[in-house]
Amino acid sequence: MSTRALHTLRAKRRRSALRTVAFLSPWLIGFGVFFAYPLVSTVYFSLMKYDGFGTPVFRGLGNWAYVFEDYPLFWPALRNTLWLVLVMVTCRVVFGLGVGLLITKIRTGAGVFRTLFYLPYLAPPVAATLAFVFLLNPGTGPVNSVLDGMGLPTPGWFTDPAWSKPALTALALWGVGDLMVIFMAALLDVPKEQYEAAELDGTSAWQRFRFVTLPNISPIVMFAVVTGVIQTMQYYTQPLVAGKVASGIIGGSGQQFEPGYPDKSTLTLPQLVYNLGFQRFDYGSACVVALVLFALAMAFTTLLMRRRGGLIQAGDGP
Amino acid sequence: MTQVLDKPVQLGTPTVAERTARRRALLEWIAIHSLGVAAALFFTLPFVFVVLTSLMSDQQALTRDLVPDTWEWGNYTKVFDTPGFLTWWKNTLIYAGLGTVLTVVSSVPVAYALAKFRFRGRNLSLMLVISMMMLPPQVIIIPMYLFWAKQLDLSGTLWPLIIPMAFGDAFSIFLLRQFLMTIPNEYLDAARVDGCGELRTLLRVVLPMAKPGIAAVALFQFFYAWNDYFGPQIYASENPGAWTLSYGLESFKGAHHTDWNLTMAATVLVMAPVILVFFFAQKAFVEGVTLTGVKG
Repeated sequence: MSTRALHTLRAKRRRSALRTVAFLSPWLIGFGVFFAYPLVSTVYFSLMKYDGFGTPVFRGLGNWAYVFEDYPLFWPALRNTLWLVLVMVTCRVVFGLGVGLLITKIRTGAGVFRTLFYLPYLAPPVAATLAFVFLLNPGTGPVNSVLDGMGLPTPGWFTDPAWSKPALTALALWGVGDLMVIFMAALLDVPKEQYEAAELDGTSAWQRFRFVTLPNISPIVMFAVVTGVIQTMQYYTQPLVAGKVASGIIGGSGQQFEPGYPDKSTLTLPQLVYNLGFQRFDYGSACVVALVLFALAMAFTTLLMRRRGGLIQAGDGP
Repeated sequence: MTQVLDKPVQLGTPTVAERTARRRALLEWIAIHSLGVAAALFFTLPFVFVVLTSLMSDQQALTRDLVPDTWEWGNYTKVFDTPGFLTWWKNTLIYAGLGTVLTVVSSVPVAYALAKFRFRGRNLSLMLVISMMMLPPQVIIIPMYLFWAKQLDLSGTLWPLIIPMAFGDAFSIFLLRQFLMTIPNEYLDAARVDGCGELRTLLRVVLPMAKPGIAAVALFQFFYAWNDYFGPQIYASENPGAWTLSYGLESFKGAHHTDWNLTMAATVLVMAPVILVFFFAQKAFVEGVTLTGVKG
């Protein structure tokens, strides 16, 4: 190759690299300023004693020891998170799959049913939570009125530590529309021939579900479970607002509300970051909880992205 | 024709097997649609009770009644007369509207590069985008708050929430990338052969084909800002003049103590716009939800 051709080739490469950088530039800046820098900074503050005034003082692992040993809200929040992962995520996936199946079987008015099933997912979380605190309020709420009318026990729902998480689960099931749509798409993708073949073999409906449907949609079920777990790590608005409204302690910026009402039963990890950082002004310990949250979220995200058999494939391209 | 003549009997009197099959199909139809109605009640009754309560008088809202004795449409006027309510509306529209425009403009080129350019580090970039998408916002909130409040003195405003949207939103980038992957490269090659640069190709060829994807992203982002509670809580709580609907709604219950009727009327007013938008853009929305999950 002549030097001239080499020269133009190099110029061409440089131009295409520049072009790539130009197209990526908004995100490159965003990645640096709103992701990489604050992450490093969070690690730094987790080792510092800092209340927002003066200068941070080095504290070593003191914040870590405080959070794990003396901070009274940490372990209850972690236990609640485990409960939510085991019960709420499972219920949501099973219910979402059930509703998805149902909608694929409905022949008459399918469009109307689909819209009705999907709408609650769109309700703004604060509004939906307020609505459920009202619907489930122990004294005069419609749900307990109906239960009472049928002679059934009337739980305290958001005011009873034993019932507050089930009440949040009910709220989460009401907004199952996202999973319904994903499962619906997956169910319609199952090859019809497989059902016909199974039917010719004289299988029961349950056997067809177990041996034809489930194997075909299992990647989507896994996807729903893992994203459900990641969403649980971010579960913030509903438990906090439910606790605040049910306790009666609300006042935009003024009154202090210790999250978790009733009796720490609605605490989740993200609420601890707020409590430590913005109510106790202990930025160092807040960053410790933030890093625990980060480790959990990333562990499940790598599950989503593993190359072979990963749920989101990153490798394929033009 | 011959077939019909061969079996004329079937037209009038169906065989026993056929009759059982038909009866089973009918029973199945009834079972499935009953389940459907039951599910529909579960999904719609909360809305119905909320709307009914929002129309009760102050006294009746404190009772166990389910249906209003007198229909108090004035409750809605009272909500609008609440100090601040209109400001919250205005702030929410600014946050959601401006945020959506900035997100789309900044995310489209990034998604296009990730979907259609070949370059070293592309897979790594995509994995980082997914990591950002999955990151709970609370993880980085302490340094971010110190940055906006102490260094730029912007606490008490919504700018700390709007400005970052000008630098690409991870979820929008990912969703758009998924959508752009479905556009065949032949279209792009044809444009390039015609002498279009990459920017022209993106604007003239790709954008018109990507309209459904962009619509979905815009909707998601608009709803995200509309629903956001944590962001306004961190940055705007100290200044009621900067509150959004989602944040102010909670304080509404505080100001009106036990007035469930007014609180529910306000709740309806926060839900209604989202649901209206959905009815106008249903297809784009459902398409978007499907895109987030399935296929690479």
